[in-house]
Amino acid sequence: MKPTIVKREPVVDDALDHCATKLTPEQIEKVVNEVIDKETGGRLWTYVNTCIHCGLCAEACQWYLSNDRDVSYAPVTKVKDTIWVMLEKKGKVDAAFIKRCSEIAHTECNVCRRCGMYCPFGIDIAYMMMVVRRICAKLEMVPLYLQDTVHSHAATMNQMWVKPDEWIDTLQWQEEEGQGYVPSARLPLEKEGAEVMYSVIGPEPKFLAQLLGNITAIMKVANIDWTMPATAGWDNSNMAMYSGDFEVMARVERLHYETAQRLKVKKIVMGECGHAFRGAEYDGPTWMGWMRPPIPLIHAISFYYDLIISGRIKIAKKAEGPITVQDPCNVIRNAGLGKKLRYIMNAVCENFVDVTPNDRHNYCCNAGGGVINVGPPWKKKRVQGNRIKAEQFKRTGAHTIVTPCHNCHSGIEDIVNTYKLGMHVKFFSEILIEAMEIPEDLQP
Amino acid sequence: MYEFVSGPLVWIAFIIFIGGSLYRIYYMLSNSKKETVVFPHMSLEHSLASLVHWVIPFNNQYMRKRPIFTIVSFAFHICLVFTPIFLLAHVILLDESWNISWWSLPEGVADWMTIIVIAGCIFFLYRRLTDPVVKNVTDGSDYLLLAITALPFITGFIAYHQLFAYKTILIVHILAGEIMLIAIPFTRLSHMLFFVFTRAYFGSEQGHVKHSKDW
Repeated sequence: MKPTIVKREPVVDDALDHCATKLTPEQIEKVVNEVIDKETGGRLWTYVNTCIHCGLCAEACQWYLSNDRDVSYAPVTKVKDTIWVMLEKKGKVDAAFIKRCSEIAHTECNVCRRCGMYCPFGIDIAYMMMVVRRICAKLEMVPLYLQDTVHSHAATMNQMWVKPDEWIDTLQWQEEEGQGYVPSARLPLEKEGAEVMYSVIGPEPKFLAQLLGNITAIMKVANIDWTMPATAGWDNSNMAMYSGDFEVMARVERLHYETAQRLKVKKIVMGECGHAFRGAEYDGPTWMGWMRPPIPLIHAISFYYDLIISGRIKIAKKAEGPITVQDPCNVIRNAGLGKKLRYIMNAVCENFVDVTPNDRHNYCCNAGGGVINVGPPWKKKRVQGNRIKAEQFKRTGAHTIVTPCHNCHSGIEDIVNTYKLGMHVKFFSEILIEAMEIPEDLQP
Repeated sequence: MYEFVSGPLVWIAFIIFIGGSLYRIYYMLSNSKKETVVFPHMSLEHSLASLVHWVIPFNNQYMRKRPIFTIVSFAFHICLVFTPIFLLAHVILLDESWNISWWSLPEGVADWMTIIVIAGCIFFLYRRLTDPVVKNVTDGSDYLLLAITALPFITGFIAYHQLFAYKTILIVHILAGEIMLIAIPFTRLSHMLFFVFTRAYFGSEQGHVKHSKDW
């Protein structure tokens, strides 16, 4: 098979560039074979022996479509340029090859699973890209910024090096912000036996703290018995899952659930994040052999859906003008919350304009799957790689895009800025807090 | 020669085809047991749902987006599987040997179905040569698989119409059929065996575990 023609602007990534010089052929061979022999089984073998090289997966990928149908971005090419070679050469590949594997799996694939849905056989290409990431991670070939978040998880059990005192301090500050909406609102820390533990991802206390204030007010209006932990275990995000460092991934997920168990809560409600849901609901539990979360985990979309449909939150004033939405892959395509998302969007928006394609067929934001976390060196390629997303939003004519996911939020903001769409990007809770009715006895 | 290819070799081919297929499926299942997720994720309901949406033409969004490919590939695969099984000549052979027979296709229909298979092969070959994505992931094995698939039908067509050298073509036809049978379990033609399983797993994971759909 002829090598794929790959045209890319050179990118300096200190970790990949530096670590590649230290790799030895023996080390590469050992790790590749170890992962393939011990960590994969029937799936990888069957997928490789079933793929008939038809190329139908290409149409699924926003990278391929946005880069003028550049073959090197097609999902099947990504498999060809990584797994096929590793299997064929039985791991006898060089450092440059592994570096390219990391670039493909970490920076050019969002493991969004759209291509799996477009394969006539249902071959899960994203799974194969996760195997490649696993191999790269075991060879310490992970892009610098992504690896930094993994180090943060390993050292602090949160993604953003948030220190314990900063965490508590931020919560108490945001409790006061929430009281701006509802003076009697509280953000209860360490309340044992509460119905709900609310968990968030590292970036919320770090630079999106207002979301914590929002939820404080929303919880009060909905009259939910809730709590947040004052200790580590509050972060439900998991970049180690995406780097391929599954050992750290498991530590993070275990602590998250153990914290909920320590607080004796009935369920965990998590903020608006897709990848965190995936890690806590699926990748973490399956890696640890639990298969299912030990405590029910509810994504913000389901939570808000329940609050609105049960009437615990009433809508006083719907948001005006055309508003559209980004379906986060990990909670829509891979968790089936599409209908609920549309219900809550219609509930709070006067004029909700859907995207095409939508629901589980929607294009990935191109930031998910850890691709935004590989950092500034790779940003240009990431944003260029999702031109079709910009075109898709432009067609809606909306003034605001609601993104119930942190990765989507940041990724879509980059797209809006680069392609000059002039749209606002908001979380659902930001719309809800303005739209919901605050009962008279709770009003300031 | 004819006696050999139409006698012992048929037995050998079928034994390898059936035995090989069973072995490959066993190998796949036993390997899947090593994974924590495969069997616990399986669900009959969602496996069937996935299959229903992918074995009925135009029953999922992607097939509707690619009407030509959908029509060609369905016509190709249906004819590929059913023509040899219900071909009058094959049924007669079986009747003569074992005294069992079943319904057979009208000869004219079978002829057209053969042409559809050959045309399908040409379509797939054309895609391999021209579609940049497909071309990039094509190597010798892909052309070989196409040839293995096309040859029994091309030779069958020539033999049926007795265009030339009937006896030789007939021997080549039987040989080609045997090669294809033997190739199925041990090449990527095994997608014939694995299709049901890969779909069932993906359908189960999407439906049963992830509460979504895969069509």
